[in-house]
Amino acid sequence: MTWALWESYMLPGVWITVQVTVYSAALAAAVAFVVGVARTSRLWIVRFLSGAYFEIFRGASALVFMFWLFFALPLALGWQLVPMWAGVLALGLTYGAYGSEVVRGALAAVSPAQREAGIALSFTRWQRLRRIELPQAWPEMVPPFNNLAIELLKGTALVSVISVADMTFAANLIRFTTNDSAPIYTLLLLMYFVLAFAITRGMRLVERKAKAGIGQAPPPRRGLFAGLSRRTSATDPVTGAATPGGAR
Amino acid sequence: MNWNWEVVSDFMPRFWDGVLLTLQALVLGSLLAFTLGLVWAIAQRSARAWIRVPVTAVTEFVRNTPLLVQLFFLFYVVPEWGPSMSPLATGVIGLGLHYSTYTAEVYRAGIDGVPRGQWEAATALSLPPTRTWGAVILPQAIRRVVPVLGNYVIAMLKDSPLIAIIGALEMLGEARAYGAETFRFLEPITVVGIAFIVIAYPASLLIRALERRLVR
Repeated sequence: MTWALWESYMLPGVWITVQVTVYSAALAAAVAFVVGVARTSRLWIVRFLSGAYFEIFRGASALVFMFWLFFALPLALGWQLVPMWAGVLALGLTYGAYGSEVVRGALAAVSPAQREAGIALSFTRWQRLRRIELPQAWPEMVPPFNNLAIELLKGTALVSVISVADMTFAANLIRFTTNDSAPIYTLLLLMYFVLAFAITRGMRLVERKAKAGIGQAPPPRRGLFAGLSRRTSATDPVTGAATPGGAR
Repeated sequence: MNWNWEVVSDFMPRFWDGVLLTLQALVLGSLLAFTLGLVWAIAQRSARAWIRVPVTAVTEFVRNTPLLVQLFFLFYVVPEWGPSMSPLATGVIGLGLHYSTYTAEVYRAGIDGVPRGQWEAATALSLPPTRTWGAVILPQAIRRVVPVLGNYVIAMLKDSPLIAIIGALEMLGEARAYGAETFRFLEPITVVGIAFIVIAYPASLLIRALERRLVR
């Protein structure tokens, strides 16, 4: 692989991957909070609709949904999404559904006494959520969000299939031109690993800050690899289900 | 909106072929993931660092990199050194290997959950390691994690369309091929998308029921 190929294909590809990750993470976070809070609503219809959203997007395959947005939707509606936004939409909505389970679980884990204190002080429901429940639930959410963010990063490789020029797409192009697949795919895997590592490091800082914000001790320091592996969450990032052995 | 039911019925025979291949990949991939995962989980507990450290590093690496790229690697790079494999075989190995790194964590949690006394009892009876694992630890550990393993089968189902990209004609692959021939994408892809939800939702209900049974 020459420098010219690296500069003209791979570097823009890295930037696209980062962009897709950031945009779909932002969308997923918004969806996760809205749906997660809606699933604790008092109105049964809100609970039902948000629960249905969760079940549908948890059952749907992100790749099939992306294909549907890219190939089927334009035929049905007559207008087409820019490929990158089709990818971001599919990833954001799917991972948002997983994230909503994290938000719901963390809100449910806040001690009931805290909620009752809010009622006793005659906070409105919104004030209670914003001032009492979310700030205390937030540190609980960070480790599972980290796992989800890594799953999301891995999911961004799918956008190469709908012709978004991300790292994977660039690697495929370089393979076509140089016909030299082993070093390219090895390097590509390493680059994803480095990005995943960077996400984990960033989220560790967020967790430290979140815990300090409510007066808890910072998380214990772990080894170089430990942060990537140990699932410290009670919610599984891939299946969205409760895992045994996860800290609660 | 130009939905055409005739296209749907025309696509149906190929859809069932695709379902068959998806299920085939899923069953074989799950068996591989369950077996390899157990091997990783036991190797990660080994007292010998030269087993433990490389296995941990490799499973870390595989878990934190995209399945799609791993499939490309298996499909384009491995044949340069060794046997070239059919798309389905590559897909099964890719899915199995990727998910084995997740099931390894599941087994690890299950093994950690076995009370210390069981290990001590096995030592007191001076059971050899094979009997300790085979007759004492694993039967207790695996029972607790069956529902979680089931969840990963569903997760694998949702990742199975990735093998269409290396050319296996599972559900999405059939829909793509059909669309490329007839220029009708709306119906086949919608049918496939609904099929995934229709398969995954009852399966997840089943696993939740199983969870209530097996895990107190």
